[in-house]
Amino acid sequence: MLLLIDHVTRYRYGHPVRGVVQSHRLTPSRFDGQQVVEWNVTVSGGTPGGAFRDGAGDWVQGWTIKGPVDEIEVRVQGKVSTTDLAGVLRGHRESTPPLAYLRQTPATSLTPELLDLATRATEADGSLALAHALALAVSQAVAYRPGSTNAKTTAAEALAQGEGVCQDHAQVLCTIARARGMPARYVSGYLLADAEGQAHEAAHAWAELHLEGLGWVGFDPANECCPDDRYVRLGSGLDAQEAAPIRGSARTVGEERLDVTVAVLATQQ
Amino acid sequence: MTTHFNEMYLNGEVRSPYARLEDWTRSMPAELRIQKQAEAEALFRRIGITFAVYGEGGDPDRLIPFDMFPRVFTASEWARLERGIKQRARALNAFLVDVYGRGEIVRAGRIPAALVYQNEAYEKTVVGFIPPKGVYSHIVGVDIVRTGPNDFFVLEDNCRTPSGVSYMLESREMMMRMFPDLFRENRIEPVDRYHELLRRTLNSVAPVKCDREPTVVILTPGHYNSAYYEHSFLADLMGVELVEGADLFVDGAFVYMRTTEGPKRVDVIYRRLDDAFIDPLCYRPDSMLGVPGLMDVYRSGGVSICSAPGAGVADDKAVYTYVPEMVRFYLGEEPILNNVPTWQCGKADDLKYVLEHLAELVVKEVHGSGGYGMLVGPKCTKAEVEAFRLKIVADPGNYIAQPTLALSATPTFVEEGIAPRHVDLRPYCLVGERIELVPGGLTRVALKEGSLVVNSSQGGGVKDTWVLAE
Amino acid sequence: MLSRTAANLYWIARYMERAETAARLLEVGARISLLPTAQGYRNEWDSLLRSIGATGAFAAKYGEPGQRDIESFLFFDRDNPSSVASCITSARENGRIVRTALTTQVWDALNTAFQELRNIEATPRSELELSRLTDWTMRHAAMVRGAIDATLLRNDGYNFLNLGYYLERGDATARLMDVKYYVLLPRADYVGSGLDNDQWIMLLRALSAHRAFHWAYGGEVTAGKIAHFLILNPQCPRSLITCVAGANNHLSRIAKLYGRQSEAQDKAAALQAMLESETPERIFEEGLHEFLSRFIRETASLAGTVVDTYLSGDML
Repeated sequence: MLLLIDHVTRYRYGHPVRGVVQSHRLTPSRFDGQQVVEWNVTVSGGTPGGAFRDGAGDWVQGWTIKGPVDEIEVRVQGKVSTTDLAGVLRGHRESTPPLAYLRQTPATSLTPELLDLATRATEADGSLALAHALALAVSQAVAYRPGSTNAKTTAAEALAQGEGVCQDHAQVLCTIARARGMPARYVSGYLLADAEGQAHEAAHAWAELHLEGLGWVGFDPANECCPDDRYVRLGSGLDAQEAAPIRGSARTVGEERLDVTVAVLATQQ
Repeated sequence: MTTHFNEMYLNGEVRSPYARLEDWTRSMPAELRIQKQAEAEALFRRIGITFAVYGEGGDPDRLIPFDMFPRVFTASEWARLERGIKQRARALNAFLVDVYGRGEIVRAGRIPAALVYQNEAYEKTVVGFIPPKGVYSHIVGVDIVRTGPNDFFVLEDNCRTPSGVSYMLESREMMMRMFPDLFRENRIEPVDRYHELLRRTLNSVAPVKCDREPTVVILTPGHYNSAYYEHSFLADLMGVELVEGADLFVDGAFVYMRTTEGPKRVDVIYRRLDDAFIDPLCYRPDSMLGVPGLMDVYRSGGVSICSAPGAGVADDKAVYTYVPEMVRFYLGEEPILNNVPTWQCGKADDLKYVLEHLAELVVKEVHGSGGYGMLVGPKCTKAEVEAFRLKIVADPGNYIAQPTLALSATPTFVEEGIAPRHVDLRPYCLVGERIELVPGGLTRVALKEGSLVVNSSQGGGVKDTWVLAE
Repeated sequence: MLSRTAANLYWIARYMERAETAARLLEVGARISLLPTAQGYRNEWDSLLRSIGATGAFAAKYGEPGQRDIESFLFFDRDNPSSVASCITSARENGRIVRTALTTQVWDALNTAFQELRNIEATPRSELELSRLTDWTMRHAAMVRGAIDATLLRNDGYNFLNLGYYLERGDATARLMDVKYYVLLPRADYVGSGLDNDQWIMLLRALSAHRAFHWAYGGEVTAGKIAHFLILNPQCPRSLITCVAGANNHLSRIAKLYGRQSEAQDKAAALQAMLESETPERIFEEGLHEFLSRFIRETASLAGTVVDTYLSGDML
C-alpha cells in the first residue's frame, strides 16, 4: 500500500523561548515491510544537528532552535510504500542484543497485578502462542478509551484503571512480556485510519516481542492484530518516553502548549 | 583476625624500601611530629582541599585526614604492578568496545550474555558506537590490596570517574614541602606529570571532526558535589575550563560553552557526572545537571565524552569476576594481577556457600561504591550479620562476596606514636592514544585500629605513595 | 572566560560591597537616631528600610522597627539576602566556585571573613556593640578589596570584579543619600534648617567622607555642596560620577580586550556624559529624590545589559 503522511506538531509557549533542543525519531525504519518513497521533516527556525542510526536501527536526528520564538512547528510529510508481513520485522538491520530489552523502566515496572496478568496465560515461555495470548490479555484488560490516560500514565496505572489508549496497551504488553522472559519494546509510528476515520490514533504505538526464530514481531493490542501494511514504523524504545518521535527541551519559565495533527491516507498507486 | 603482612617489617627486620624511613622516624621527636602534622592540616585547609561526606550533613569543609608516613614500593614491585594495571586497562577497554559491538566474548561463551546485556549499566544508547581511538574508559582506577611480599590482588576496577587523584598529587606536594630532605635522601619517582598526561590523553581522543587544537573541559555536577575540589584542581592544573551543565549548550551538530566572548566550541568533555545525568533528552529527563541533546552530538561524532557513556558495564562487581577471562580472550595473555576470589550470590551454589560462611566474608552490593551497603562479616555483630542475610536472600543477584583479606599494613602516625594500619592502593591508569601510568597512586589508610575499610567516607585517610627509582 | 566564572567574580564584588552598604546603613540609622527628634519626623529606622525597599520584608518578620531588630535584620538575618551575613556568605560561596580564578590572598580574605562571621554569630548579642559590627564589616570588605588590587592578574576577570564593585557602590551611594529624603519627608520646611545640616553630616560620616568633605569644600555645610561632593565630584571615592567612570573604564578595557564594542559600553558612556553635564542646581530643580531614583534605574539597566551581554552566555 502507498501511504501518505502529514504530521504537524506545534509547540506554543507563554513566553518566548531560546535554545530549544529536540531529538527526533521521525524517519520510517528500513525493513522489508516498508520503503520510503519521499520523506521530509522541517522544523520552523531550526538548524539540523547530529544525525545517526542507533543500535536499534532507528534514524535519530537532532535539531536546535536558537530563538527566541513563541511557536515551533515540526512538520513531517512523506510517502511510504508498505507490505503486509504479519508483524514480522524482516530485514531490519540492528545490533542491540534482544536481552537488553528485558529491563524495567519507571513506566513499565512490574507490579503483582501485572505479574498476575502475565502468568495467567498458560502458553509455553518464548512461544508465538504466548505472545498472542499476552497481546489478547492486554486488549481485554485495558479497554480503549481516548482521554482516559495521559503521557505519564504507567503500565500499572493503566491496568488498575482498566482503560487507556495505544500507549498504555503497548506499555502493559511490554511489561508483562518481559515478566515472562520475553524481550519486548515499545514502537511508535503511524496507522492508516479505518473507514470511520479515527484520526486520533493515526499517531500510533504498539509493541514488539522478540521470538526465537522469528526475531522481532509486532503486536497491536489496541487493534487486536499484528501490524500490517496500514502501519508505518518509526522507532522503538523500552517505553513510550524512550521511543518518543520527538523529545525536546526548552529553556522556558512559562507554560508549553502542544497541538498535534496527523493524517495518514492511502493513495492509488 | 589473621596475621597481616607488615610492609615495613618482615620477621623483625626492616624491609629494604623502608630502611631510610626507619632512621627518619627514630630521629623525629614527638613534638616535631605533632607540629608537622598541624602544619600539614593548616596547609590543606588553606588550599581548600576538603571532602564532604554523602548524606552525613555536617561540616562541608571537613578535611580528609593526611598521614605523613609514606607508603613505599621498590622499583621491581612497581614494574610488576604497572604491567598488570596496564594489561587490565587494555582488556577492560577491549571488552567495552566488544560488548557494544559484535559481542564476541559473549558469543564465545566466556561471559554469560545476561550478565552483560541485562546489566543496568549496559547502555543501549551507545550500541554500535566506537569512540575515538576505541577507548571507553580513559581513566581506569584499579583498587589493589596486598597480602604478602609478592601477593597483590585487584579488589575492584573503576572505569567511570574514579576520584581521589587530587589527593595523590597534593599529598606528594605536602611531603616535598615539609620534608625536602627525605626526597634528597631517597630517589623517589615523581608523580607531577599526571596532569600533563591527562591533558594529552584527553586531547588524543578528540573527535575526528575536530581539526584544530582540541578544546577540553571538565564537566562537574557543581560546587555542592563532594569532589568539587578535585574537579577545580584538575581543571586548573590542565588549564581547561571547569563547566557545569548550564554552561554548555548544543547548537546544530556541536556543543558550545558560554563565554564572555560568545559561544566557544567544545571538543572533549571530561565529565565527573554519571551517565544518567548527562543528557535529559536521552537519560533522566529530570536531570538539571546535564546538557540537552549532548548524546545526539556525541553519537554523530561532534564531541567526545570521557569516560564514554556505557563504560560502567565493565566495572560492575559481578562483571569483575570475568576480567581475568577478558585478559585471556582479548590479549591472549595470562593476567599479571589476580582477582580476589569472588562468590556471586546470583549463582545458587555460590549463594549457598555465602550464606553458610557469612560471618567470615565481605559482602558487597554489585553496584555499590564508597564503602556503603557492605558487610564485613568478622567485624559485625551477629544481629548485623543476620540482618544482612535477609537482604541477600531478598535479592541475591545484587550481591557478591569475598573472603576477608588480611590487608597489608604500613606504619602510620597515630596518637600514641607509630602503629601499623591497613592500606590499599588506587593507581590511575590513563588510556588514550597511549596507555600511561604515573608511578604510585593514592594509598588509602584505615585509621581506626584493626579496621579494613579505607574509604574516606568511612573515616579513612590518605598517604603519599613512593615508588623508588632503580 | 566562561560566562559563569565572570558572573561569579562580578557577584563576589557586588556582595562584598553590599555587605559594606548594610553596615553603613546601620551606622547612618544609629547616628540619625541619636539626634533630637522633632515632631513630624518619620521614624528614622523606618526611613532607612524604605530607602532599601525592605519595609515589607522587615514588617512581616519583626513588626515595628526598633534598633535591635534592625540590627538583626541588616547584620545577622539570613532571610534578608542583603544582610551582612548573607552577603559575606554569598561572596565566599561565589569565591569557592571560582577558587582557581582567585589568588590565595583573595581567597584567604574572603574565607577569613566568612570564618570570623561564624564566630560572631556564635557570640552572645549582649557582647556585640553596633560599632564593632560595622567596623568589622568595613575592615573585611577593605581586606578583600585590597587583596584583589594587590594580587590579581589584570585580565578580563579583574575587569568584571571591578564592574561589580562600581555598579554596586554607585547604587549604594544613591540609596544612602535617599535615606535623607525619606527622613525629611514630608516636612519640606526643615530643608536648610540646622537639623537638616546635622543629618547631612551624619550621612557624610557614614560614608567615611566628612573629613574629606571639609578638606575639599571648607566652610559651611550646605545641601548644594554635599550633592556636588557625593554626586559630581570625581575626587570623592564613592560619588556617583566616580562609580560610573570606574564602570565605564572597565567596560572599555573589556571592549578592547575582546575587540568588540557592545550596548553596555554605549550605556555607560551615556550615563557618564549625563553626570558630567549636571550641576547641583539642576539636580535640586529636578528634585534630589527624583534624580536619585532616575540614577538608580539607569544603573540597574546598565547592570542588566552587562549581564545579558557578558554574564548570561546568551549573547550569540
